[in-house]
Amino acid sequence: MYVYLGIDVGSVSTNLVAAGEDGAVKHSIYLRTNGRPIKTVQKGLKLMQKSLPPGSKVAGVGATGSGRQLAGVITGADVIKNEITTHAIAASHVAPGVQTILEIGGQDSKIIILRHGVVSDFAMNTVCAAGTGSFLDQQAARLTLPIEEFGPLALQSKVPVQIAGRCAVFAESDMIHKQQMGYNIPDILAGLCAALVRNYLNNVGKGKEILAPVVFQGGVAANAGMKWAFEKALGLEVIIPPYFNVMGALGAAMLARESTNRKQTNFRGFQIAEGDYYSGGFACDGCSNVCEVVEIKEGAQVIARWGDRCGRWSNAPEQEEKIS
Amino acid sequence: MRVTYPHMGHTWICVKSLLEYLGVEVVIPPPTSKKTMQLGVMHGPEFACMPLKLNLGNLMEAAELGADTVVMAGGCGPCRFGYYAQVEHAILNDLGYRYQLIVLEPPEKHIGELIGKIRYLTQKRSWLKVMQGIRLGYLKARAVDQAEQRAYYSRPRELKPGATERALNRALEQIIAARTPEAMPAALTTALEIMDSVPVDRQRPVVRIGLVGEIFTLLEPFANLEIERRLGSMGVEVDRSIHLSEWVNDHLFRGLIKSARSSKPAQEKGLAYLGHMVGGHGLETIGSTILYAEQGFDGVIQLLPFTCMPEIVAQSILPQISADLGIPVMTLIVDEQSGEAGMMTRLEAFVDLLKRKGEVTA
Repeated sequence: MYVYLGIDVGSVSTNLVAAGEDGAVKHSIYLRTNGRPIKTVQKGLKLMQKSLPPGSKVAGVGATGSGRQLAGVITGADVIKNEITTHAIAASHVAPGVQTILEIGGQDSKIIILRHGVVSDFAMNTVCAAGTGSFLDQQAARLTLPIEEFGPLALQSKVPVQIAGRCAVFAESDMIHKQQMGYNIPDILAGLCAALVRNYLNNVGKGKEILAPVVFQGGVAANAGMKWAFEKALGLEVIIPPYFNVMGALGAAMLARESTNRKQTNFRGFQIAEGDYYSGGFACDGCSNVCEVVEIKEGAQVIARWGDRCGRWSNAPEQEEKIS
Repeated sequence: MRVTYPHMGHTWICVKSLLEYLGVEVVIPPPTSKKTMQLGVMHGPEFACMPLKLNLGNLMEAAELGADTVVMAGGCGPCRFGYYAQVEHAILNDLGYRYQLIVLEPPEKHIGELIGKIRYLTQKRSWLKVMQGIRLGYLKARAVDQAEQRAYYSRPRELKPGATERALNRALEQIIAARTPEAMPAALTTALEIMDSVPVDRQRPVVRIGLVGEIFTLLEPFANLEIERRLGSMGVEVDRSIHLSEWVNDHLFRGLIKSARSSKPAQEKGLAYLGHMVGGHGLETIGSTILYAEQGFDGVIQLLPFTCMPEIVAQSILPQISADLGIPVMTLIVDEQSGEAGMMTRLEAFVDLLKRKGEVTA
């Protein structure tokens, strides 16, 4: 059996998907990145190898997410793509004809508008992280609620309270205020969901034409309270795909299939899970920018460098002239 | 008198030769870097836009090199930049830097004010000499702009990665080295020959993106995280809506040089969506977006520093233009954060969008 691997290294989670020729998900893995992207990718590969049927062969690898360069270098990915493109590709695969994608992850949120199956517009949160998964996590922790209970509890609300959603800091003080006034927890949670959705639509979704079918994905889509709040605010049905939390990885796998068309994969094999990789850094002394250059090493050999503004180090392998 | 002025892209090349031609000693601040930013952020007001902070950092670094006089442009539009010279001077004064400040701006009462400042700065050299110095500065601005425009073409088409960048640096050296207006034509010819010698693949399909927005962010590569170079390496031919020579011709010469590029058409186009000027380049941003759409560009990227009022006005109008004319527009806001990953993600996704759109409509 031939499979295509998609690896999405995000700020909070690292996801792996093995998809078949037809784009069907064979296996998916969701791991916490815990600030150690290389180790997490290796762990994910190990788990993936175990769970694939014997005799499976990897025909292509795609990397995405904020850690895509890192994952791409280590695995020898055939394609390295940004998460907006991969999310759009996966969503149009699982929900053909989708026109709007709402995506909320750990640290960022985005909206993608598709028309006739092609991305026509998108936006990502810029200077504000209010309303992303991390904030919901933090509020659940403050109320000592497991995050899984957040959604069902919010749905029990009869009268959601009004909460200021513009800024996470103000939202929190508003919530504490409401709680001290004696409002019950389900009403506060439902109010928070409504506030976050309002903020999302006014901020990320500003000026965008939101048409059905609407797909809601990313880790936060697990929260039933957020789905309820979106449906109420938009007046539209919101679809949550079965693999909502690994859509980026699925999209990367599908792109890997596209890019290995009549081509051998560059995948370096599952043994890299045992490899000895580490990343280090140094400050370049070329100019006063003092760029922090990141170096990825396999054993003693440097396999990639980035982080410099001028290309002195990152372009080094391609340059013929000697530079220093 | 050792004169300095803040950086804005390659502006220093023109101003330096103008002043040195007139016998003024010039101190160029070190190229804008993270250190510059740190100095500016530490001492500038938090709510001011990034240009103020970078200016401030430049001037502090120039003081270390012995500069004692600052020359800056002023203004009287709704854009806060009009006050920056005075505000920065006051902050520097508080910090113990004793700078003499010369602000070149439209006079409040009488043209004599401006003339007096120029006379002081040039130490009473003849007006003919002053005019020739200005001409030299302008010729350099045009030469730099022309070299950069060649780079827009060759970057996405170059056969060897980095070849355009190296050629551009060599071309700029030629332009910098010329000391008189008479030496400029030869320098320009050599510079353009260098640019044209970059081996390119003329058949390679490229995506074309117009860059619009606030002048400082557009011109200063440090501020826009080298967006032109990054887009070029993604196979994008860019065009910048504002060039230095055009700004000089429009604002200082009042459009005297007819053959040069001007922002006039952009302003006129912009009026359809925004009734009057809002300061800065807000109106030009709108007008240039329309012009790019009409010229068949694939997309437009708007650049602005966080809290820039004129561009925020333009930003809220751009979705309407995008819908009316069918041109994708993306806005990038820059501030002190240097998170390049976030910017790369957005640029890549935008370029992907344009490429896919091109494939579908082609």
